[in-house]
Amino acid sequence: MNDMRPLERIVDTDTVKISARNVQVHYGETHAIKDVDVDLEANTVTAFIGPSGCGKSSFLRCLNRMNDTIDICRVQGDILLDGEDIYDKRVDPVQLRAKVGMVFQKPNPFPKSIYDNIAYGPRIHGLARNKSELDEIVEKSLRRGAIWDEVKDRLDAPGTGLSGGQQQRLCIARAVATEPEVLLMDEPCSALDPIATAQVEELIDELRQNFSVVIVTHSMQQAARVSQKTAFFHLGHLVEHGETGEIFTNPRDPRTESYITGRIG
Amino acid sequence: MTDASANTPATPRPGKHAGSLLEQNARTLRRNAAERRFRAYGLSAIVIGVTALVVLLASILSQGLPAFQQTFITLEVHLDEAKLDKNGNRDIEEIKKVSTFGYAPLIKTALSTRAGELGISSEDLGVSDKEIAAMISKEAAAELRRFVIANPDRIGETVEFEFLATGRIDGYYKGRVTMESAEKDSNISPGQLQFADALKEGGALSTHFNWGFFTMADGSENRPEAAGIGVAMLGSLYMMIIVLVLALPIGVAASIYLEEFAPKNWFTDLIEVNISNLAAVPSIVFGILGLAIFINYAGLPQSAPIVGGLVLTLMTLPTIIIATRASLKSVPPSIRDAALGVGASRMQSVFHHVLPLAMPGILTGTIIGLAQALGETAPLMLIGMVAFVREFPAAPPEGFFDPASALPVQVYNWTTRADPAFVERASGAIIVLLAFLLCMNFLAIILRRRFERRW
Ligand SMILES: Nc1ncnc2c1ncn2[C@@H]1O[C@H](COP(=O)(O)OP(=O)(O)OP(=O)(O)O)[C@@H](O)[C@H]1O
Ligand SMILES: [Mg+2]
Repeated sequence: MNDMRPLERIVDTDTVKISARNVQVHYGETHAIKDVDVDLEANTVTAFIGPSGCGKSSFLRCLNRMNDTIDICRVQGDILLDGEDIYDKRVDPVQLRAKVGMVFQKPNPFPKSIYDNIAYGPRIHGLARNKSELDEIVEKSLRRGAIWDEVKDRLDAPGTGLSGGQQQRLCIARAVATEPEVLLMDEPCSALDPIATAQVEELIDELRQNFSVVIVTHSMQQAARVSQKTAFFHLGHLVEHGETGEIFTNPRDPRTESYITGRIG
Repeated sequence: MTDASANTPATPRPGKHAGSLLEQNARTLRRNAAERRFRAYGLSAIVIGVTALVVLLASILSQGLPAFQQTFITLEVHLDEAKLDKNGNRDIEEIKKVSTFGYAPLIKTALSTRAGELGISSEDLGVSDKEIAAMISKEAAAELRRFVIANPDRIGETVEFEFLATGRIDGYYKGRVTMESAEKDSNISPGQLQFADALKEGGALSTHFNWGFFTMADGSENRPEAAGIGVAMLGSLYMMIIVLVLALPIGVAASIYLEEFAPKNWFTDLIEVNISNLAAVPSIVFGILGLAIFINYAGLPQSAPIVGGLVLTLMTLPTIIIATRASLKSVPPSIRDAALGVGASRMQSVFHHVLPLAMPGILTGTIIGLAQALGETAPLMLIGMVAFVREFPAAPPEGFFDPASALPVQVYNWTTRADPAFVERASGAIIVLLAFLLCMNFLAIILRRRFERRW
């Protein structure tokens, strides 16, 4: 943790985008998330850190109701997006997921062409009126995903034929293409080289202008570099949540300190 | 490590894996011996399987191939006006009144004339006129009558016909009947065979490819030479159409619902168990069900392809459902997550992403199900498709309700008949059935390749 550079953090706004209260997640008998209360602000990058298996992904998946697809998963508590309960009976998760996009931990491109991978979301949401608009969206998204230069000559090639890191960036581009308000990224850089990582981090910073970003990462440096807020999870509990600089320089909880200094994890 | 020690071979280090690599140790030897034994078992299993297949195919082919050949006698028949149209006014109704008995003498005369031209003397061979006439299939008179009714204006002319020889004469040229066997046979005499030989020498009798086998309906007990698989093929085709049209959409829709939408609870578990059980139910049970429900209760006609098709649909459904569900299951869940993650609905994720990926498996399952249905015999016998059907069913959809036969039932039917000529026909029908099955499997492979090659 030598090159950690806790920068001067300016949090632009205090508007709460997502507010979670008393969230519990059960997988059958396993109690994966226990009593989590957290506020995620708009125009902010929040980093979720914590040891493997502590429930970062589980909590992230609550935020766009991806847990609905797991039969044994039960979610309790309140999660409000812009003040509306996303687990309300009247909420259609499909509409929610268009607002809250997600990049998964494992790259999962569609077995279709690179172009169709990106164009799929805009198509089903009717974001483009014609082919040239769609082309524009595809190019812009691929540029934001830091992969345009590598794939611009083979947009018709299958997305599954890309390397692991390229697939991950393709998935980021795909998530960005639908213009979500909140972007949930589950370890988006775990398969990327330092250059692509830097590009993705740049993208995250850019996205912050318009969206809220939540990023799960195992890299303390990355958390320190890109996020304004950090949340530390441990064994299903949200141990500490606050300004990134605070957490890294002056953690309140001894568990946080042990983790970021590399003693547990 | 110094340079000197690098050149000397290292002394074996004591440890778990001590010993030279150039020498196999006892454990490795045992392992390799086990592997060789297993390969030998596998190889012998394949050899046994292939041998069985080769023997089976060889026996079917050797028995069945002659069915595609038939012996014909070419004659010039004078369509005698005095016999066929006494009043000479070409009234079709009056012509129809003349039965096949009226036509038989014409053929008899034509044959005697032809024999005379070729210088064959029936006295020398010791065959009576009646025996000579009996060399031509009884079907010939019916064929002639059909021709005359279709072309009444040709009455009075002399027309060349190729008539079927009887099954015994045909068998003589296929090695089924010999001079010795003819001595003991009440249906044929050595003299007739010699007469046939003489006709052949004169060019009036020949054995060649028999299209009639594919186009004719079943023949009666004593006319094997006139029996074909036309009605059976048509019946099977109609049933396959019904099965495909019903079982594919129902099966795929049911599987998609069960796999992608249905909540997992005791009720869907029950359905799942029942579908598996249904796949294991003996096919004859489906026949009984078809008889009870479709014929007795719903009042559908017996022996009709519609009933056969419905029964086979019931039988094929579990196969298709099981295959479709397996291929839906094999689509990685991450693809569904990806689609849902960009805001696709469940149906969109299924139809845009999951179904195309599952397509090869679904098609293979469907074609295998169809192939099973094509070869199914027992349930069709129960619903009356074993009946003797001479009339071709009409074109669909009315034809679905006309009586018809089916290929496997026709095979069964022929094997129960006394005349050995029917054994040959049955084997021929089996070859046709196998050819269809091969085509279908081939189609399955092609479709699978085409869908898979896309990505
Ligand atoms: N689909 C599932 N079914 C059952 N249990 C699950 C499932 N997904 C996660 N869990 C359990 O929930 C707990 C938290 O898992 P989660 O994936 O959220 O961890 P994580 O913090 O994302 O770990 P990592 O950093 O390794 O990705 C784990 O104990 C895990 O076993
Ligand atoms: Mg995770």
